[in-house]
Amino acid sequence: MLTLECPYCGVTAEETELAPGYEAHLKRFGPGSTDEQFNDYMFARKNPKGVHFERWRHAYGCGKWFLAARCTATLEVFGTYPAQVGAPPEDIIAKIKARRPEWVME
Amino acid sequence: MRRYSAFAIAREALRNHLGWEKAWRDAQPKKHYDVIIVGAGGHGLASAYYLGKNFGITNVAIIEKGWLGGGNTGRNTTIIRSNYLQDPSAAIYEKARSLYETLSQDLNYNVMFSPRGLLMLAQTHHEARGYLRTVHANMLQGVATEYITPERVKELVPIINIDGPRYPILGALYQARGGTARHDAVAWGYARACSAMGMDIIQQTEVKGVRSEAGRVTGVDTTKGFIGCGKLGIVVAGHSGQVADMAGFRLPVEAVALQALVSEPIKPCMDVVVMANTVHGYMSQSDKGEMVIGGGTDGFNNFTQRGSFHHIEETLRALVETFPMISRLKMLRQWGGIVDMTGDRSPIISKTPLAGCFINCGWGTGGFKAIPGSGWAMAELMAKGEPGPLAAEFDMWRFKEGRFIDESVAAGVAH
Ligand SMILES: Cc1cc2nc3c(=O)[nH]c(=O)nc-3n(C[C@H](O)[C@H](O)[C@H](O)COP(=O)(O)OP(=O)(O)OC[C@H]3O[C@@H](n4cnc5c(N)ncnc54)[C@H](O)[C@@H]3O)c2cc1C
Ligand SMILES: [Zn+2]
Repeated sequence: MLTLECPYCGVTAEETELAPGYEAHLKRFGPGSTDEQFNDYMFARKNPKGVHFERWRHAYGCGKWFLAARCTATLEVFGTYPAQVGAPPEDIIAKIKARRPEWVME
Repeated sequence: MRRYSAFAIAREALRNHLGWEKAWRDAQPKKHYDVIIVGAGGHGLASAYYLGKNFGITNVAIIEKGWLGGGNTGRNTTIIRSNYLQDPSAAIYEKARSLYETLSQDLNYNVMFSPRGLLMLAQTHHEARGYLRTVHANMLQGVATEYITPERVKELVPIINIDGPRYPILGALYQARGGTARHDAVAWGYARACSAMGMDIIQQTEVKGVRSEAGRVTGVDTTKGFIGCGKLGIVVAGHSGQVADMAGFRLPVEAVALQALVSEPIKPCMDVVVMANTVHGYMSQSDKGEMVIGGGTDGFNNFTQRGSFHHIEETLRALVETFPMISRLKMLRQWGGIVDMTGDRSPIISKTPLAGCFINCGWGTGGFKAIPGSGWAMAELMAKGEPGPLAAEFDMWRFKEGRFIDESVAAGVAH
């Protein structure tokens, strides 16, 4: 079973305590955007086989959304971090690079 | 190809079964094909088969990274039905279901199609209303379904508990000609027929890149080198995003794990397929006597063909409540497949931004039942370069244009 540490309350939560929210760091588009931009924002997904950044909610805990860096090919978890960021923080990138030297951020 | 028949069995019995030939040739790649299909699952093989059968295009290679039928086609719970809500879905699934009726004769291969009947239980008032609506839609679509009472459910499924404490059974959507087929046989039957038409099935060969010139596909790079083609069909289910990426476009698809399990074999006790979508579990009995069980998908992107244990627990909890007698059954095997889920839970059969390159994906948790219809529609699309009526609405641009074929509202789980 997948376990993730909630970066807010510090609890190491099992998957049953969490709700998945899929791809993180999506760039939002609002009024005035093109169909193309809306399509990419709403539907086009990276769905990578490898390093992935995801939204999760500590649903049966503190209730807050947080983000996780995970490998979809091995289920390895690199780390979790608060959701109030536009891109993965340095320390998370460093953790991923340490485990996946060939990986480049898209 | 030597045909299978009662006469062939008698002939071989008299000579120690030495005369059976291999069902398909194990081919090595040529330099160039008119058409390359990536992925030898049911959908890829059926696409190739109907290209040959319906359009006479037989200079075709089907390239498979593992062994044919080793993806979701060999991992599913084989439910076949066409009681969908939306018109485009009902059309393609019913086309597929009707092709299944005569597929064994058509392929000269016993796919063990068993139209034993299929029930979708209504366990909330909302669900009951939804299924009544589906029955009405099916009537207009020419798909034979009916809404039946709990008493009739009990008649059809004596082992069911119709007045469970949480979700008593209020009725059911019944498709008498729904059922199951043998999944491996579907892949093997199509493969044998493709091979007999002179097509090359190239296994243990992974497509690693897609080459193009001036916006038109020219071939694929594989672990056995470059193979040229006039047209390319990508039919790789869980890996659609990866191969689409090689061809330079992105899809509205997420890959997640879906699991299934089977029990120890028991005496015949249930001769219909029962789906309980509110509580997320479904069950049928295989010819070997095993109870074949599945439920919902896992909730996150995953390429490992392994799912989370708590989903199995949830599925079994739901089914023990619905069929109390299974509580003592031992489960024999459990496995997972990587399913390709689209935003509206409907498939994509489409041209792509790359000329000459076509994609068939997004069948998610419910594409086994669609194999013949999907292959039929994909072959038409690839042969003519434009979709026929079956595929027309399933293009990849429907998301951008807001033309969803929303089946996620019609059933909690698909399969
Ligand atoms: C547990 C489970 C239960 C299911 N139950 C049902 C059910 O009851 N009823 C139903 O209708 N459907 C069901 N489904 C869904 C159904 O199995 C699929 O929709 C269907 O089998 C998809 O067929 P396919 O040919 O598209 O994919 P697959 O059979 O997965 O074939 C795709 C092939 O592409 C190959 N491939 C991938 N990448 C490459 C590459 N780069 N190069 C070469 N080859 C590549 C793969 O190895 C694979 O063999 C279930 C699925 C699962 C996992
Ligand atoms: Zn928390």
